[in-house]
Amino acid sequence: MTGNDVAIAGVGMHPWGKWGRNFVSYGVVAARAALADAGIAWTDVDLIVGGETVRNGYGGYVAGATFAQALGWNGARVATSYAACATGAQALDTARARILAGMSEVALVVGADTTPKGFLAPNAGERWDDPDWLRFRLLGMTNPAYFALYARRRMDLYGATQADFAQVKVKNAKHGLANPNARYRKEVAAEDVLNSAIVADPLHLLDICATSDGAAAVILCSTAYAEKHGLGGGVRIKAISTVTPTFPNTVIDMPLMSTESSAGGVPEQTFKESIGAAAYEEAGIGPEDVDVAEVYDLSTALELDWIEDLALCKPGEAEQLLRNGDTTIGGRIPVNPSGGLACFGEAVPAQALAQVCELTWQLRGQAEGRQVDGARVGITANQGLFGHGSSVILAR
Amino acid sequence: MTATTPAIEGWFTTGEAPALIGSRCTTCSTVFFPRTEGFCRNPTCDGEEFSDTELSRRGRVWSYTDAQYQPPAPYIPATDPYVPFALAAVELPEGIVVLGQVADGFTVNDIKVGDEMELVVETLFVDETGERTIWRWKPTTWITEPAEMPGGAS
Repeated sequence: MTGNDVAIAGVGMHPWGKWGRNFVSYGVVAARAALADAGIAWTDVDLIVGGETVRNGYGGYVAGATFAQALGWNGARVATSYAACATGAQALDTARARILAGMSEVALVVGADTTPKGFLAPNAGERWDDPDWLRFRLLGMTNPAYFALYARRRMDLYGATQADFAQVKVKNAKHGLANPNARYRKEVAAEDVLNSAIVADPLHLLDICATSDGAAAVILCSTAYAEKHGLGGGVRIKAISTVTPTFPNTVIDMPLMSTESSAGGVPEQTFKESIGAAAYEEAGIGPEDVDVAEVYDLSTALELDWIEDLALCKPGEAEQLLRNGDTTIGGRIPVNPSGGLACFGEAVPAQALAQVCELTWQLRGQAEGRQVDGARVGITANQGLFGHGSSVILAR
Repeated sequence: MTATTPAIEGWFTTGEAPALIGSRCTTCSTVFFPRTEGFCRNPTCDGEEFSDTELSRRGRVWSYTDAQYQPPAPYIPATDPYVPFALAAVELPEGIVVLGQVADGFTVNDIKVGDEMELVVETLFVDETGERTIWRWKPTTWITEPAEMPGGAS
């Protein structure tokens, strides 16, 4: 099935770091890199979709227009998406829909962020009807505390150890060593992780991803346009899953303080399982067809959860995959060859797009120093606050 | 003049046997916590009426962690210097998992997934009006008086 494919004509990123500059400057760098990669002039782009950033004032709320103005008004149609960590996938889906409808030829999708230091805290002001505010006020429940709940459950249910979690960091640090866009390019030993401070038991500081500045951009076009102009090296988007949960959502989700009731029965799949399943179904492939995965390792332990949620192994088996070296580059199913969030830190509206950039380079054979040999099919996985699924399947 | 009052109005009862207050849809009987009104979130129900219902006071640990670093505002630290506290997600017989801090004096070393916990009300912080309280989870192994077991929690 190629009926709903769109082509990736170009990708580009601004390196991740803590640069402290305006998010727009990062976005322009990434956009121009993607345009250069595609060999397309900005004036030929007829749709721009921005990933919203919520900590950078009005310009961040209307990111699509902000980037369009920065690149120079060219009359393109505009949209801005917000889906927390899943923002990039939703922005891509918006661009894809317009292209598949024949209402757009070339679309630029950009996400960029400038982040504060330390824990991500909610916006200021007293907001008694906002769960994201209440969880801090009533419980002191930070993001790492949620990651820690999932990690502890793996330990008590599956016998995972803190050493396993540390090994995820060791692997990803090695993967990212040669990635020019990664913020942290340094080998990490398991002892480094285990000797770092505990933030939220059982997770150490080095188990948890940082927040970063960064930007990523993707140029999409119709497959016909790509073939006519010889663009993009044959990488196609086969699926974009932006599913919401199915009631009742019985796994505690950041930033909520409770789940829905399972008393009336539970869905066949958890929300996170349904994200990948919807992507596989849309692409018409299965987990056995996947050569490489980029998953959202907000914590080391969460990478293990995602491997199972994407059905790359059975529940409770991800530690075995890790210990066997299956998820290392050169193994059966390499996970996070980019180095993942462990090497990048999180730049929320850019991150899901960064995953797509990495898979594009992997599928083109251009991931220098971290190439997964012969990769033809890749999948991303991610989840945004308040019920936003995000999984993209690319193939060539 | 100061008083002891809940840190948030209408989320839990106080007294001898405190409990979380949920909402039961009068159409489909689904129970929600925190309380809800106006419309039922069961996708097959168009109910608009709810009755308050006290949730079971005991449940089983789904998972747990702690906060080794002081959380950022709007968290209000109870002490200076900061003292870390534990957190638990507890699955109630109603099939709802509810997060809460763990009762004063208990750490992650006192808890395992599957352990039974009971709801207590303790002081979260003190402000100009007095002590502000919150629900917390306390391991029942440390509660001496006999109490009924919850049904259906896993």
